[in-house]
Amino acid sequence: MEISKKYAVQMRGITKYFGNTKALDSVDLDIEKGEIHAILGENGAGKSTLMNILYGLYSADGGEIYLNGEKVYIKNPNSAIWNGIGMVHQHFMLIEKFSVLQNIVLGNETTDKFGIINMREAKKKVLDIIDKYGMKVDLKKKVKNISVGMQQKVEILKALYRGADILILDEPTAVLVPQEIDELMDVIENLKKDGKTIVIITHKLKEIKKSSQKCTIIRKGKFIECIDVKSESEQSLAEKMVGRKVKLLVDKSKANPGEKVFEIKNLTVKCEKGVERVKNLSLEVHRGEIYGLAGVDGNGQKELLECIISKKYAVSGQILINGKEIQNTSVRNVLNNKVSVIHEDRHKDGAILDMSVADNAILEKYREYPFNQRGFLIYEERDKFTKKLIKEYDIRPVDCEYTKIRNLSGGNQQKLIIGREIANDPELLIAVQPTRGLDVGAIEYVHKTLINLRDKGKAILLISLELDEILSVSDKIGVIYDGSIIGELDQEEADENNVGLLMAGGNKND
Amino acid sequence: MTKSIANFLKKPFICTCIAVFFGCLVACLILLITGYSPAMSLAVMFNAIFSRPKFIVNIILKSTPIILTGISVAFAFKSGLFNIGSEGQYIFSTVISTIVGIVFDFHPIIQIPLVVFSGVFAGALLGGIVGFLKAKFGIHEVITSIMFNWIALYFCNFIANSQMFHKPESDGTYSINPSGFTLLMYDWKFSDDGVRFFKQNPFWGDIILKTDFNVNFLVAVFASILMWVFVYRTRKGYELRVTGLNPIAAENAGINVNKNIIYTMIIAGALSGLAGSLSITGTSSHNVHVLSTFENNGFNGLSVALIAGSSPIGCIFAGLMFSAFIYAGQTLQFKTGAPSEIVNIMIGVIVFFVALVKIIPIIVNRFLEKRGNA
Repeated sequence: MEISKKYAVQMRGITKYFGNTKALDSVDLDIEKGEIHAILGENGAGKSTLMNILYGLYSADGGEIYLNGEKVYIKNPNSAIWNGIGMVHQHFMLIEKFSVLQNIVLGNETTDKFGIINMREAKKKVLDIIDKYGMKVDLKKKVKNISVGMQQKVEILKALYRGADILILDEPTAVLVPQEIDELMDVIENLKKDGKTIVIITHKLKEIKKSSQKCTIIRKGKFIECIDVKSESEQSLAEKMVGRKVKLLVDKSKANPGEKVFEIKNLTVKCEKGVERVKNLSLEVHRGEIYGLAGVDGNGQKELLECIISKKYAVSGQILINGKEIQNTSVRNVLNNKVSVIHEDRHKDGAILDMSVADNAILEKYREYPFNQRGFLIYEERDKFTKKLIKEYDIRPVDCEYTKIRNLSGGNQQKLIIGREIANDPELLIAVQPTRGLDVGAIEYVHKTLINLRDKGKAILLISLELDEILSVSDKIGVIYDGSIIGELDQEEADENNVGLLMAGGNKND
Repeated sequence: MTKSIANFLKKPFICTCIAVFFGCLVACLILLITGYSPAMSLAVMFNAIFSRPKFIVNIILKSTPIILTGISVAFAFKSGLFNIGSEGQYIFSTVISTIVGIVFDFHPIIQIPLVVFSGVFAGALLGGIVGFLKAKFGIHEVITSIMFNWIALYFCNFIANSQMFHKPESDGTYSINPSGFTLLMYDWKFSDDGVRFFKQNPFWGDIILKTDFNVNFLVAVFASILMWVFVYRTRKGYELRVTGLNPIAAENAGINVNKNIIYTMIIAGALSGLAGSLSITGTSSHNVHVLSTFENNGFNGLSVALIAGSSPIGCIFAGLMFSAFIYAGQTLQFKTGAPSEIVNIMIGVIVFFVALVKIIPIIVNRFLEKRGNA
């Protein structure tokens, strides 16, 4: 395609290195004015990198950028903003203690000649924008007191206030409940009607189908193709993204639950500030069953998990594994009672990044025979065990036992951790966001492993923020809201609407 | 070809050598600016280190405490703690060893372990308190350690001036009883036999008679090997390394992080304490004296650990190098009039470049990438 005024953004031959790896390899991008354009790719494909280059956060090692047919050099975010580009990051960049208005104005204050901020004028300008696009935001509230969906709108307002014509949204729906997603889509539609150009970075196919006209697919740092969304099915989008045939739906037979393995009775947990984060919560998980705990982030999932593994003590209530109380003991005791956890953030919670794969493999077994004999670590046993895991869980590269786990891909890191936890032969496996940051292929693998484990008669508690994951994998779904389970559904009766409504705090029978 | 050179440059040992080279280069530059001949100064320093066996032995002897404090810092660092309190642990240990060495006078078989282990225990106690405060109340170890450094310093001055231990007309205490000395051939070398022997063999006289010839260096080498085995081969060492690299994951794996913090600080303190008590038993004047400021036996351990990249074995070589530079610096001042601070600057620059050369592998990778054979 030639360079033309018809396009809001054109990028040509963008190349970017991170150390040794080529994150982007001569990527082209053409975005027409006034369209909603999706950038689709797996995690680590380079879509965020590409947009960060457009926004001036990274500098490209090669390639050119054209805005409205003219070549531009974007050195930093300031020059991007000056060129009419705005970006809303996945992790919001707001100051919690400031009001909404203060956050919007921050860095672009209108001042009089003495340097005093003229808030009245700023407020008028912001209110104009709010009216124009139908966004409901309370300007006076402090950011820490508003919901995540609202915070996202503040970020969008921030960009519009700075005069953005091109708006980049990085994984905008990752933190939202389904109802909030609908609201966001309305706002985006309004922006489009006003002639703004919108770029959405995502790996969620459903949203692309719903919102976008065009879609650029990036795979492993390479431009694959730019397609019309209307003419493609979700399945074909997925295949183009991954580069091979994939199964979007999880294959599984009906659950065959056995006796009760794990039970929480009227559990209450306080956070450091003394606020009750888990309130009188009860649930039970049976043998041969996957219990999916759905809920928006920050509704007590973190405290619940910490209490189950005794990192945090309960104020009241009981946690029972096979009828034995394990609350308020020690992490070691919980692990000894055959509870295993796949933690949410494998980098922070589950792996020692600067240790070898082999050292990571024995992280929970190093005290036991044969790894520990008379106080000494027996490295031959460690290596034997690691090789077994590598083979059994298809961890790549195959000769990775001495490489630092940091240098493995996310999917392979997760495979090792899952293998390690399953090797503990747990009675209860708790999987927290087990597919976070993984590509479609690895997700498929993780889900299959969980279901296999279920079929072997293990109890599994799946805690996830991804509603799709909960719906497709779980046999029973509980929704946690404000520290309590406010509804439990069987898989057959659960769908996006009724679970989504519960996640937002609505009543099951509404 | 370029690849093999690159892999060569990536070796930690080579990186350290490059840092040393740059350190010397900067020192030369400063000598030049201040009006001294770099070539002559380097020659003087070289001679000060290698020209007589006595010098080499002295450097080895002087390296002992900083090797041990270096291991102490390096070990704590492996477990994620910064033992800047090594200085205080060292001083406290010298004071306690001196007191015990003066008060008791048993047969050497009992006396030597008694004096040495009282110092080790003193260091471990200080380290343990710091660890306990961190584990129990979350007080950062650097803050409490620095406070303990000063407490130890003033405690030392208090003892050195106290009526009970102060030696009249000196600035220190009495020496410990000779039964606690860890010198080798101490009695023999001043006997008639010894004097006659050394007259005939001036080479050995230079090494044994004119120095505090002692076993301490062997103890330091043994300690560093022991620590290496502990850190890399034992269950507890693995646990401590895990805790140091990622305390959150360690806790999730059922490791008691707080207990390990206390253990680590006790062991680190004990190593610094060993450095202190050995220098009382092994080097004259076998006592403590009033300190107007820190003598840096602990702080130099920080530099040693940094140069060694926190490897216990590396501390032996880093400590020897460090000791050689300090020794040569004193001679430099004496012979040419150039301030011995030049050597301090040199050491500072070396430590700086040791930190800096970590980017050499990155630069090498970049270079290879551009050439397209990464």
